Amino acid sequence: MSSTRPKQRPLSPFMIGPYYRPQLTSMLSITHRATGVFLTFGGLVLTWWLFALAGGPESYARFDAFASSWLGRLILVALAYSLVYHVLNGLRHLLWDIGWGLEIPRAYATGWIVLFGSIAGTAAIVYYAFGSGG
Amino acid sequence: MSADLRHPIARVRGLGSARQGTHHWIAQRLTAIGLVPLSLWFLWSVLTLVGAEYADARSFVAQPWNAALLAAFVLLLFYHAKLGIQVVIEDYVHSKPAEVTLLVSNLFICLFAALFAVFSIVRIALGA
Repeated sequence: MSSTRPKQRPLSPFMIGPYYRPQLTSMLSITHRATGVFLTFGGLVLTWWLFALAGGPESYARFDAFASSWLGRLILVALAYSLVYHVLNGLRHLLWDIGWGLEIPRAYATGWIVLFGSIAGTAAIVYYAFGSGG
Repeated sequence: MSADLRHPIARVRGLGSARQGTHHWIAQRLTAIGLVPLSLWFLWSVLTLVGAEYADARSFVAQPWNAALLAAFVLLLFYHAKLGIQVVIEDYVHSKPAEVTLLVSNLFICLFAALFAVFSIVRIALGA
């Protein structure tokens, strides 16, 4: 297919930047994909947690060592942000699917709500998690 | 229209170039709708388990309601993940062998992870 293409044209998402001005809507869209991919790895972390829990105290201690490490905590906070973002922006997508909010002012308004809502939600989660001895 | 060898009913049923209709799209939306409340429940549950000991975490998963909701969450999560990752691969991978390899890997990884997770939940819930 690519051998018959006359010119190497920029393909999505690599046209953002040199060809398309980055906009809130396109940035939120690519972030939805990125968080979705990252959350799939999060699903594997959840599977590891359940498998370690079923395995016994030794295997659970290995998961716990990862989860309470510096890198583990960073990954868990990033997963929390990704989940809050993906759920909020996912609701935005579902509203579009029933035809609501497709007008540009509304698409931007709901976009800002998703952006600030996900930051505020993650801040609350981190505050609660680390405030209660985590 | 006369050059089209397909019967008009095939068009009506949505059998386009992908040889399937809107099933992928609908399944992605239905799993998304299910995952909204389950994700909020999961996030809240995990927060209550921060700093919990092994026995506390195990007894949480062993509760029938928690075990059922966790199993539902994991099944919908990996179904939704399989559909989403599939679209990402189809969009960005332009070499056919690499695309097919990744699509099959995606299916198997999501399927096995879901089975591993559900097996673990059932094992904990039955106290084995």
